[in-house]
Amino acid sequence: MAAETSDTSAKAESIVEVRHLSKTYDGRVRALEDINLSFPKGQLTTLLGPSGCGKTTMLKIIAGLLEPSSGEVFVNGKKITGPGPERAFVFQDFALMPWATVLRNAAFGLELRGMAKNERNEIARKYIAEVGLTGFENSYPRELSGGMRQRVGLARALAVNADVLLMDEPFSAVDEQTRRKFQEDMLALMEIEKKTFIFVTHSIEEAVYLSDQVVLLSRLPGKVSEIIKAPKAAGSPDEIRRDKVYLDTVEHIWQTLRKYLEE
Amino acid sequence: MHEWFNKDSIFWRLLSILIFFSAWEIAGRVPISPAFPTFIDTMEGLFRMISDGSFFEKYMITLKPLLVGVFITCFFGITFGVSMGLSDRIDWLGQPVFIVLQAAPVSALIPMITYVYGIGFTSKIIAVCILAMPVVVLNSINAVRNANTSLIEMSRSFQGTRMQEVFKVILPDASPMIFAGLRLGVAGGFVGIVLAELLITPTGIGDLISYHRSVANYAEMYATVLSIILLAAATVRFFERLEVRLFRPEKQGT
Ligand SMILES: Nc1ncnc2c1ncn2[C@@H]1O[C@H](COP(=O)(O)OP(=O)(O)O)[C@@H](O)[C@H]1O
Ligand SMILES: [Mg+2]
Repeated sequence: MAAETSDTSAKAESIVEVRHLSKTYDGRVRALEDINLSFPKGQLTTLLGPSGCGKTTMLKIIAGLLEPSSGEVFVNGKKITGPGPERAFVFQDFALMPWATVLRNAAFGLELRGMAKNERNEIARKYIAEVGLTGFENSYPRELSGGMRQRVGLARALAVNADVLLMDEPFSAVDEQTRRKFQEDMLALMEIEKKTFIFVTHSIEEAVYLSDQVVLLSRLPGKVSEIIKAPKAAGSPDEIRRDKVYLDTVEHIWQTLRKYLEE
Repeated sequence: MHEWFNKDSIFWRLLSILIFFSAWEIAGRVPISPAFPTFIDTMEGLFRMISDGSFFEKYMITLKPLLVGVFITCFFGITFGVSMGLSDRIDWLGQPVFIVLQAAPVSALIPMITYVYGIGFTSKIIAVCILAMPVVVLNSINAVRNANTSLIEMSRSFQGTRMQEVFKVILPDASPMIFAGLRLGVAGGFVGIVLAELLITPTGIGDLISYHRSVANYAEMYATVLSIILLAAATVRFFERLEVRLFRPEKQGT
């Protein structure tokens, strides 16, 4: 045991490793090419890039929902072959069952694991409260706004107590005000939950605001063009949004991405 | 107050029924044809049939094969359709048969069934099934095929087994379309049973219709036709309710 700990301590930092990952759709569309990435434990890494650059593809491969054409993904040092309990996915379109209540939706990951009803509902209630939806347990998704629906999706992913949360543009279907509030709640949640987040977005501000590390992807084939460390500024949300380092990082990323648009 | 003017309120339903029956009454009095009874005559004919016992006696004869046929259609139609939707191999075997059956004028087959199975119970069941089954099967296939891929992915991402995926996600998601097929199928089943009873030696309500027509009791004849139409409509409505009850709690009370 002791030997193992010391052996892994050098790279204990990273929980997800992506090695020489490539994905070609239908033998033609080169969505990803030779991606090598490390995702540090307990941090939030954003995948940022223009749409169609393979962000969803990469996230689904890490989730085990898609097979890579070549290369491999390691989670906690083990090569993945499919979905696993240490990873949970938050879907862009929420993926809530319209026929199930908020409570059942939030508990669904646990239901699939065969956990008893009382037990799973209790856990789900706790996370419904954590994402700020207390009182809506018995509502149906269609009675909720887009932002609230995504909170249910988040509660469902948190309830299974995975180490890594994979989030595919979770706020893209949410209006701007709700989105800001959601981002602030996310930061607070990351303090409590101490999980690793892999987050996809096409919003530069959102990426810099939330992330410890931003991975810039270029388009067709999707490649890593730059990795930017974005240490989170302290202070209130408004202070952060006016922080010089924050603004400089946003500007730097914009200049980089602009090159791809002009090509 | 304004609940009365809500488009689903009982007031509007009663009003539309009232208008329909009044129009019928007027058309019968004009008269548009000597063979077209008024609404009131028709109701009197209905009561005559009920009081002499022939109405329920003949209905029992019709309903038994109809019920068995509808039950077989529901059970096997959904089972076939769902399996074909889930598995390409079963689909390859089965789907062409049902597409041909749905496109063909299958009522033309009904007299042929009598050659093989005679004029009894079995022929009627088969008549019900061939008119009801194709739409049930094809709708079930499409319902399963078009199940929300994002929900299926969700189930997989939480390590749901294939069984859980089918029963907890695909079937509830497919249920509106499966039930739409069932409603069309049940309506087809009614067509099948009436055709069988009219085309094969008249029995059951087919007998009621052809007998009263032959002796020019048009009131009784129309009463029978009206009753079977209403029964078919009520059955279809029942299936609608059943779906909401079983699979779609979120639509309850709407
Ligand atoms: N199932 C698929 N079949 C074929 N091509 C696909 C498929 N999914 C995605 N692609 C293509 O792969 C590329 C990357 O897609 P995606 O990962 O969805 O990008 P992003 O999430 O960054 O917008 C796009 O060019 C897209 O058209
Ligand atoms: Mg995407």
